[in-house]
Amino acid sequence: MIGHAEKAAPFVANEGRVHWHDQALWFVRLKRDRQAESIPEWEDLREAAAAIKAHTLSRIADYLEEFERNARSNGIQVHWARDGAEHNAIVHRILADRGITRLVKSKSMLTEECHLNPYLEAHGIEVTDTDLGERIVQLRHEPPSHIVLPAIHLKKEDIGELFHKELGTAEGASDPKYLTEAARGHLRQKFMAAQAGLTGVNFAIAETGGFVVCTNEGNADMGTSLPPVHIACMGFEKIVPRAKDLAIFLRLLARSATGQPVTSYTTHFHGPMRGGELHVVIVDNGRSAILGQETFRRSLSCIRCGACMNTCPVFRRSGGYSYGYTVPGPIGSLLAPLRDPRKFGSLPFASSLCGSCSDVCPVKIDLHHELYAFRQELVQKKVVPLYKRFGMAIMSSVLARPWAYRLAGRLMRWIVRRLPRAFVYGPWNPWGRQRELPPMPRHSFRDLIKEESK
Amino acid sequence: MNSRDAILDSLRRNAPQLSPLPEAPTAITYADPEKQFAEAFGSVGGKFVRVTSLAEVNTELGKFESYTQARKIASLIPDIGRANVDLAALKDPHELEGLDIAIIAGEFGVAENGAVWVPGSTLGPHRAIFVVTQHLVLVVPAGQIVHNMQQAYDRIRLERPGFGIFISGPSKTADIEQALVIGAHGARSCSLFLVGSQAR
Repeated sequence: MIGHAEKAAPFVANEGRVHWHDQALWFVRLKRDRQAESIPEWEDLREAAAAIKAHTLSRIADYLEEFERNARSNGIQVHWARDGAEHNAIVHRILADRGITRLVKSKSMLTEECHLNPYLEAHGIEVTDTDLGERIVQLRHEPPSHIVLPAIHLKKEDIGELFHKELGTAEGASDPKYLTEAARGHLRQKFMAAQAGLTGVNFAIAETGGFVVCTNEGNADMGTSLPPVHIACMGFEKIVPRAKDLAIFLRLLARSATGQPVTSYTTHFHGPMRGGELHVVIVDNGRSAILGQETFRRSLSCIRCGACMNTCPVFRRSGGYSYGYTVPGPIGSLLAPLRDPRKFGSLPFASSLCGSCSDVCPVKIDLHHELYAFRQELVQKKVVPLYKRFGMAIMSSVLARPWAYRLAGRLMRWIVRRLPRAFVYGPWNPWGRQRELPPMPRHSFRDLIKEESK
Repeated sequence: MNSRDAILDSLRRNAPQLSPLPEAPTAITYADPEKQFAEAFGSVGGKFVRVTSLAEVNTELGKFESYTQARKIASLIPDIGRANVDLAALKDPHELEGLDIAIIAGEFGVAENGAVWVPGSTLGPHRAIFVVTQHLVLVVPAGQIVHNMQQAYDRIRLERPGFGIFISGPSKTADIEQALVIGAHGARSCSLFLVGSQAR
């Protein structure tokens, strides 16, 4: 297992970039705060959103059946996929049966999770990600580093260089307006040539058999109103019971995500376009197993706003790639090890447990409590590396015995000063790799108090 | 068992105990929703224009550079704009490419976020019009401003089968270094005319 800290190493090596990344995300967090403060009932909204999600999860099978029934009556074709492989095969079948070789996509974390793009490309289909940030990382052959801001790890100079090479923009040009205009022209051609459009789903509505997609760029709208075939992919947890529930979630989503009052386009699909087809693929891919875990099922309430990432002191300073999973940050640190505890076992430890993520989460997932609970599970299941378990065993036996604690303190104060630096900062001291230990005091706090009270 | 039944079966086995649906909280209202709407619409990058009559929309439009220089204009509102594109004659939405201005009716606006509800049935034969056009003009009747999204959904009748959209300003992106750029894929500008006599 390559842990979070090891994967973060290349990112944190560039201190200037880390500082910039930290500030860029904190800026988004501040914009979120301003929006939240403009709504007096903000906390009630979060409460309501959490309760709607909890209710929906408690009878989710019924709501999915209701959605399917109503969607079919709207002329939508509904497909079900147990896992990523089945999802990819369904999407490919829809395209292949119609001889489609050019697909435009708007943002869908689910298709990232299922690795749809490489699968379709291997089958001879040209896939174009059309969200600007996603197109940037696609051209760089990278995954997104953030679920809402896919290219937040890049500077405009990086993008200027990329576009010069890929889109023929002027060498050295890095003005965001100029680069965006170049991408607009490039992607318009892709939209005009596409034979099908694929989108994610922000919310699917059981009562009406439709769904909502939110974007600022309008890329989902271009991709679904020009070509006649629209495929929408959703994890089953995207369902809400009623259309009026959308009001609660839409009031929270964009404010939490980017500090906007609402996205530019909030599109409600309740049937195919004239003469076209609309497919919805409902995917499980490990989610139903999470539903069965009482401690962690609330992570299924996530509406993918990214607020927990923007506020997380660890994410801001380690970058999205350090998590090695489609969804990074605090919520990803739950979702990833829920999927594969051995591969992602270091992620619940990539948190200061400060609780900021839980404070900003619009659906009130108790992220830091769940991360803490996950740590305990990982230790019990012995997924945590031996040196850590060994260290914790020694630590807890010392802390449980006042005499051992006093003795250890005295020993450390005496010995650390006398040991050579190379020894104190040896490989057994990962904490000291980037940090200096404080100077060892001569007396303990207990000694000082005793001295004072004489 | 097929995948559908397997998933539903697994969800039924794993579902927690029933928890109740909550009441929606009391949502914010504004002393002057029209003023709040105008501010919100401006803050999302839109241009808000208050007029008293449809005739005045034409006059004001004539002051827009994007309009005076436009070569292809489509209007879905009778007598508004010097429309020269016959939408009904377009066989395919791709033929909308090159459209400079689209004039579309919005049903109502939302004060809290500057969003305008546009039902699919008002988008004409090709719903792509609102996003393919270079510039978008929305026309909304005065008095049709609700305070918040909760009121909005009390009012919306979703067309089934059908389509509907909240539009809040022009297309935009901040994907390059968080710098806001207007005009990502969709309309480069979004103007809104609120039409009718001033409220007392």
